[in-house]
Parts: sequence; structure tokens; C-alpha cells
Amino acid sequence: MAENLTDKKDIYVLGIESSCDETAAAVVKNGREVLSNVISSQIDIHTVYGGVVPEIASRLHCENINGVIRLALENAGMGFEDVDVIAVTKGPGLVGALLVGVSEAKAIAYALNKPLVGVNHIRGHIAANYITHKDLEPPYVCLVVSGGHTHLIVVRDYGSFELIGRTHDDAAGETFDKVARAVGLGYPGGPKIDKAAAGGDPKAMEFPRGEVKDHPYDFTFSGLKSAVLNHINQMKMKGETIRVEDLAASFEASVTDSLVSRTLRCARENGLNTVAMAGGVSANSALRKAMQDECDKAGLRCLYPEPVYCTDNAAMIASAGYYDFLSGRWDDESLNAVPDLKLSAD
Amino acid sequence: MKILGIESSGLTASAAIVEDGILKCEFTVNNKLTHSETLLPMIREMCRISGMDAADCDAVAVSCGPGSFTGLRIGVATAKGLALAYNIPAIRVSTLDAMGVPLSRITHSIVCPIMDARRGQTYAAAYLDGGSVVKRGAYDIYDYIGILNGLMEDGTKEFIFVGDGVPVFSGMIREKLEGKICFAGPEYNRQRAAQVAELGALMFKDWLLANELTTDSLRALGADGIKCYGGGVMNSDELVPEYMRKSQAERENEMGLLEDAGEHSLKKLRAH
Repeated sequence: MAENLTDKKDIYVLGIESSCDETAAAVVKNGREVLSNVISSQIDIHTVYGGVVPEIASRLHCENINGVIRLALENAGMGFEDVDVIAVTKGPGLVGALLVGVSEAKAIAYALNKPLVGVNHIRGHIAANYITHKDLEPPYVCLVVSGGHTHLIVVRDYGSFELIGRTHDDAAGETFDKVARAVGLGYPGGPKIDKAAAGGDPKAMEFPRGEVKDHPYDFTFSGLKSAVLNHINQMKMKGETIRVEDLAASFEASVTDSLVSRTLRCARENGLNTVAMAGGVSANSALRKAMQDECDKAGLRCLYPEPVYCTDNAAMIASAGYYDFLSGRWDDESLNAVPDLKLSAD
Repeated sequence: MKILGIESSGLTASAAIVEDGILKCEFTVNNKLTHSETLLPMIREMCRISGMDAADCDAVAVSCGPGSFTGLRIGVATAKGLALAYNIPAIRVSTLDAMGVPLSRITHSIVCPIMDARRGQTYAAAYLDGGSVVKRGAYDIYDYIGILNGLMEDGTKEFIFVGDGVPVFSGMIREKLEGKICFAGPEYNRQRAAQVAELGALMFKDWLLANELTTDSLRALGADGIKCYGGGVMNSDELVPEYMRKSQAERENEMGLLEDAGEHSLKKLRAH
């Protein structure tokens, strides 16, 4: 299989993603050109519960996955016979949810006798930048921020990643969800806080910027979360009304400061002139603006994916799968879901 | 007519191919291995050693539940992927039917598949001479035994129990059930893909006949060219497990514990 494919001019990867609450499939040519990108979101269903319910997510993946794959092929104008490689998210994520995509992908790869690549979801988020920025090549700094992850990474090469900093408690996106819930904005918190913050004063309240002792690149958001919750309680006890817009903007400013300052320092200290962002929180407008402004000041290139490639999708999995495939990182039918998969694991 | 059977609803992982009423090959493992790691390698090895080709199968039959939610989804998603890529129909076989129906055809005793559903409950059914006498469902074990006692008015006084509920409930059954009781040995007492494939083959044959189809005409049309699905035979897009139980969050939501459900799920999510 390998010899035939490496001689082939164009490689078409079918990507499958089911690590959390989106069932997704995509066809990507040569890791960069998206021919189709189908996402079936479950968010309306989980909103009722105020967050993703793993068992419900797993059940919905199982219901939707074939239709999603079918549509991805149809939109790409392809049949299974035209696909060269099957790439699937193997972790990190919810184990029950991951297993649906992994089982499905293994069966398809076996039936078609095509190579299978199990992809790290975080590496997928990073690869989303290759789709939006066709000329991007390693090395660069990448900040991956989502509902489940907050990672500061130096991407040395397509398959070589160095984890520089990570969160010690909540992920950035998780903090958005919790604060949004506390001020009654609802789930998902990211877009709702972002919208409210647009009409608020980021200097209205002074919230802490969390530091982790002896780990200058790591993040902590639990102190910020407590400070916001305390502020809300104090205002309630005094009988004063909270201006949600100001609170959202001030909270967002604290998160943004923590993320941007470490990312810029990482680029400077590693002598890298490109900064990329990835993950759902990288669609946040305040974060984008702050990162862009600071990069402009420092003379660095600032990149982020189009919004559709920031949140979970399968095009990014197909892209990362393409580079894994080129470097010979293939899997066989014993591939399993790895819910706590580390960035550095093969 | 070749049917590939897949079974991963409980502790056993199993695959089999049945061709025209003959079991051509079966691979069963019941030793606490992870189904997601073993199921597809088992299908590959089984085909390699037996000289069978999964690609020649006319349909994929899968044990769709009840059972372990995760186990069911591994089997169902594997069946969905194979059926989608081969463009063949899927056959949705009840785990309880697969354990009960074939055995009930070779005895006049009532065959009772019982699975441990935890919290004093069992997923169970009962079969006599190939037909259902207690419908599939999640029962309190004592309610289920009560229903079986009621069946003895019809004259049958012998019961054969199979399934992973036997070690859990055998004491209660011996104490409360009035008829003659026997518990099947290891060759019958766990789920096996041969039963799934054979029961699936019978369902498939009935469906072909009812719709004046043959395996050749079906091959020519492909699973996607068929509209007249029914009787458990379906396009793999429609294939889902039969859970017999809602998720905990849904149950809590219905009981009005919405806030708790949200917090619970967030905690779970954070654990990952």
C-alpha cells in the first residue's frame, strides 16, 4: 500500500472526528485543500444539560456517523474508491465518543484495504492552520485553546511538538462556560461572553492574572474563576446589579492577558517569528485582537484558522493525518481510543 | 448467502460467518480484553485462517443490545463501517433473541436469557419452541421470576437459563421459581456471534423472500439502491443499539434534577 501511495501525486484523506460533541467527516487533498467538511453538531441537545453529557454524545455519534461520512464523500464528489487514507481522532477526548469514530474508521479502512492513521486531536487543531494558511510551515509557536485544552506548544516540525506550557486546572474554554453560567448567559459560554464583552469596559473590574510558581509558561484559571464568582456574590449581597457586559469584558481581558503574554514570551525566547492559534477559544474576537496587536508590535506574524476550523472538525484531522501518514505513523486494526492521549505520544 | 455476525454486547467479543445454514468460522474471546482492540483483528484473523472473505458477505448482522453501552457501540459502529464501505445491508439482531431463539428450537423447555443490568435488574426475555413468551425488557429480577411462574399454567414446567445474569441471580431464581431449573454450561451461556449470524441469516432470508429479492439482485442494486427495508434488515445509516435504558442525565432531567445533571456532566468532562 505504502509504495503505491508515496508515488501518487495527490493524496486524498478521509478524516473522521467524534471526540466530544461534534460528529464530523471531511475529505482533504494533500493536507491543505478541503474538498468537503461536514459537521453535525449536538450542541442544542447538550445545552439542556448545561454541558456535554458523555453518554448522550456517544449515542448521537452512533446515530449520525454514517450519514456524515456519506455526505462528506458526496460533497467532495468522491466515492470510497477515491480515498487514499482514513484518518480518525484517537484522543484525547471522551472515551465513549472516541470509540464510535475509531470503530467506524477501522472497519472502513479494513473493508477498503486502505491505510489507517489514528490522529491526536490537539495536533489536529494545530493542523487547522495549514488549511487556512497554505504557506505556513514549521517551526512556529502555537497556542491551542478550547473547552478541554490550554496548551502552549512549539511546533518544531510537522511531526515534532514541544509542550512549553499548559493549564494546571481549568481549560480556558471551560472557564468561559463556568463564568457564563454564573452570570446567566448560558451554554456554550465562549461565544456568549464574547458577544456581551463587546459592549463592556475591560477595565471596569480588576480580576487577577493567574501565575503558576516556578512554571512561567503554565496557566491557571481557577483563581480568576473564584474572583469572578466572589465578585458576583458580593454584588448580590450588597443588592447591587451587575453590569454583565463589563464583567464579561473584564474577565475576558484577564484570560486574554494570560494567554497572549506567555505566547509572545515563548516566541521571543525560542527565536520564532510566527505565532499561531488554534481551538474553539481562538475564535474569540478579543483574544484575536489582542494577539494580533501584540504580534504587530513585536514584528511577529500572527495566524489563526477560519472560525469553522477553530471548533472541532474533521478537516483538521485529515490534515494532521496526512502529515502523520507521510511520516509513516500508521495504525493497524488494533487501534484503540486513548482518552488521555498526550501531545508527545506517537 | 453469507452473513457476517458481530457480537460485543457483554464480556465476550465474537465474530462469525454463516453460509447457507453452515457455520463457516467463528472467533470468540472471553478473557477481559478490550473489544475495540480485538474485534477487527479477530475478523481479519478468522477470515485469513478460514479462507473466507468478509467482502463476499451479503449482509452484516450485529448484536444490538441490550448490553454494555460502550460494548454495543463498538460492535454497531464496526458493523456500520463495514456495511457502509461494502455497500451491503445491516441486520439488527437482539442480543436476547440471539441467545434465546436458537436454543429454544432444540428443546421444549422455556429458554430464559438473563443479563445483569445492575441495581437488581435484568435485561431478559423468554422463548418457547422458537417463539417469544416473555417480551424483551429491563425487569426487576423478582418481577421477572413472577412472570415465569405465571407461565407454568400453560403446562411447561422446565426452564433453561443462559446469560451473564446467571451467576448474579441464580440464588434468587432457585429460591423463587417453582419449576424445574437448569443453568446452561459454558458452551451456551454467553453471547456468541454464530447465534447472531444465524438468526440474522433467517431474518435476512425472510426479508429477501418478502420483497422478491435474491442475493444477486441485491448485489446489483447495493444497499443504497434498496428502499424496501424492514424486519430488522436496514441501511447501515439507520443502525443503532437497543439500549433499553436512557442515559443517567436524561433520567435525572426527567425527574427535574436538571442543575445536578449539568454539574455532573461537567465534572465528567473535566475528568477527561
